[in-house]
Amino acid sequence: MILKVLSAAVRSGTPLLFATLGEIITERSGVMNLGLEGLMLIGAITGFMVSYNTKNVYLGFIAAMIAGAIFALLHAFMVITLRVNQVVSGLALTMLGTGISGMLGRSYIGQVAPKFSEMRIPILSDIPGIGEIFFSHDILVYLTYILVPLTFFILFKTKPGMILRAVGEEPSAADSRGINVYLVRYIATTIGGAITSAGGAYLSLAYTSMWIENMSAGRGWIAIALVIFSAWEPFKAMIGSYLFGGMMATQLRLQAGGKVNISANILMMLPYIATLVAMVIFSSSEKFRKRIGAPTALGIPYSREEKT
Amino acid sequence: MLKIRIVKRLNPPKYHAFLVPILSVVISLMIMGLFLWARFGKFEKVVEAYREMFSWPFIFDYGLPDTISKMVPLLLAGLGLSVVFKMKIWNIGAEGQLYLGAMATTWGALFLFKNVENSLILIPTLLLMGAIAGALWAFIPGILKAYLKLDEIVATLMLNYIAAHWLNYLIYGPWKDPEGYNFPLTAVFPESSWLPMFGESGIHSGVLIALAMVVLIYFLMYRTRWGFHLKIIGDNQTAARYSGINVEKNIILAMILSGALAGLAGGIQMLGVQHRLQHGFSPGYGYTAIIIAWLARLNPWAMIVVAFLFGGLMVGSEQLQIMMRIPISMVYVLQGIVLFTLLASEMIFNYKIEILIPRNGGEKSWR
Repeated sequence: MILKVLSAAVRSGTPLLFATLGEIITERSGVMNLGLEGLMLIGAITGFMVSYNTKNVYLGFIAAMIAGAIFALLHAFMVITLRVNQVVSGLALTMLGTGISGMLGRSYIGQVAPKFSEMRIPILSDIPGIGEIFFSHDILVYLTYILVPLTFFILFKTKPGMILRAVGEEPSAADSRGINVYLVRYIATTIGGAITSAGGAYLSLAYTSMWIENMSAGRGWIAIALVIFSAWEPFKAMIGSYLFGGMMATQLRLQAGGKVNISANILMMLPYIATLVAMVIFSSSEKFRKRIGAPTALGIPYSREEKT
Repeated sequence: MLKIRIVKRLNPPKYHAFLVPILSVVISLMIMGLFLWARFGKFEKVVEAYREMFSWPFIFDYGLPDTISKMVPLLLAGLGLSVVFKMKIWNIGAEGQLYLGAMATTWGALFLFKNVENSLILIPTLLLMGAIAGALWAFIPGILKAYLKLDEIVATLMLNYIAAHWLNYLIYGPWKDPEGYNFPLTAVFPESSWLPMFGESGIHSGVLIALAMVVLIYFLMYRTRWGFHLKIIGDNQTAARYSGINVEKNIILAMILSGALAGLAGGIQMLGVQHRLQHGFSPGYGYTAIIIAWLARLNPWAMIVVAFLFGGLMVGSEQLQIMMRIPISMVYVLQGIVLFTLLASEMIFNYKIEILIPRNGGEKSWR
C-alpha cells in the first residue's frame, strides 16, 4: 500500500518536476516566466495531437517540446528584446496557451492516443521497495532521472552554466566580460519552455492517454512555487515535486477509496495550503533565507544603454 | 559594420497614447481573423462574426447591460490592483479575493441576515462584509510579504486555488440549494438584498459604486500624501525607508485596500447579477483585471474605458459562441493576442530602433 502511494507520488510528481526544472533554468538566467500553466497545456495538446495522428508517442513528445520552445521564445522576445513587464507577459502567455489548447483540443476530447507504456528496468526494478517506487515507470520518468543531475551539472559545474548564472546575478558584470546577456537569456528561456512543455506532454501521453481541457489543473502554478521551495536547485526540485506529487496522489486515492469522510474539495486544498505553509516556514528561518539564492537580477529587464 | 540598437524615445508624441491601443487591437483582430478564416473557410463569415462581435455588446437593447455588468467587477478589481501594482507588489490574487467577497456576501444574505428586510441597511452591510472578506484574504499575503519577504506572486496564487476549492466545497456541500436539483448552486437570495436596477434597463446600481470608487482611488493615489508614499515605495524602497516611510505598514495597507475592492466586486456580482452563489460565476474577472490595470497604465480614469471594452469583448465572444458556435476558449486566445500586441506595440512605439551605418564622416542613424 505504502509502496503504491510512493510510486504514485513519483508518477504524479514527474510533470511538476519537468515544469520546475524548466523554470529553474529560465529563472537562473534572470527571466521569470509565469506562463508555465500555458506552456504545459500547449505541450499537452501538441503532444496529444501529434501522437494521435502519427501513432508515435516519441514524435508527440518531441513536437510538444518544440511547441513549448516556440511559445517560450515569444515570451523571451517580449521580455528580453521589448522589455515588457515579465509578470504581465507571463500571464498573457498562460491565457494564450489555455485558449489555443482549448480551441485545438475541441475535436480531440474523448479520443484516446497511444501512450508511453510502463518499462520496468531489469535488475533495478527487482530491488525490493526502491524498484517498485522508482524503476517501474515509463521512460519519461527515467528521463527526469537523467535530466535532474544533468541540469545540476551544467548549471554548477560547467562554464556555460556559470555564464548562465552570472547573467542572472550580475548581467552588467557579465556583459563587461564580453558575454551576450540577451542571447544567454533567450537560450535559457527557450530551453526552459521546452522542458516545461515536456511536463505537459507527460500528462497527455503518459499519465493519461487523453486530452482534457485545462488538464494541467494548476500544476504550472505549483511549479512556480516549487522553484522557490527548491531554492533554484534541481535536486531539491526533485524532492519538492515528489512531495507534492505524493500529496496529489494521496488525495486522489482517498477520494476514490471513499473511506474518508472529508469533502473532495477540502482535500484538494491541501497541496496549496502545504505550499504556502512550507514557504512560510522556510522563509521565516533566517538561516534558510540567507542560503536560498534567488537570482539577483530576476525579473529585471536588462538594457545595455540604461544601466541602473 | 551595421549596428542596431534600441533607444528610448525621449518625447513620445502625444498621439501615441491613442494610436498604440487602436493599432494593436486592429493587428490582433487580423491575426484572430486568420484563425477564424481557417475555421470557417469563408471570408464573409469572418466579417459577419466581427460585425456581431462589435455591435451586439454595445447596443442598448441587446448586449449593453450585460457589458456594463461585466465591466463593474473588472473595473473594481482592476482599481484595487492598480494600488498595489504602483508599489510593484504583484497581487495575482484578485480572483481569490473576489471569491471570498462573494462567499461572505452570500453568507450574510442567506444565513446571517436572512430576516433583515430593510434593503437600505441590508445591502451596504452585505457589501461591506464582502469587502472585509476580500481584504482579509489579501491581508495574509500582505503580512507575509511585509515581514517574511515571502514572494507575493506565489502566495496570492496559492490563495486563489484555496479560495476556489473552498467555494466549491460550500456550493457542493453545506450551502447547496435543497431545491436546486443537485446543481452546485445556493438558494436564491431574498429580494430585499438585490441591488436596485435602473428601471427596465437591466443595468444594476453597482455601476455607480464602481464609478465612485474610481473617484476615490484617483483621489487617494494622486491627491494624498499616502498615494505619494506608495509611489515612492514602488520607485525606490530604500529611498522610501530613509525618508521615514513605514514600508511594511504601507505594503499591508495597500494589499488590504486592493483585496477589499476585489471583495466588493464579488459582493456586487452576487447582489447585482447572480443573486445566488454558483459554480463558475466569475469567468476569471480577477485575472483579466490584472491586464486591465496594466493596459490602463494604472490610471483610474483610463481603467473605465479599458474595463468597458473588455466587458464588451467578453459579451461579444459569448454572443459569437451562441450565434456561430465558436468555442469560448477563443476569447482567451483573442485576449492573449490583444495583450501581446498591445504590450509589444507600446514598447515599439516608446523605443526607436536605430541602425547605425558607418560612413566616412562618422555614423549615420536611421529613424
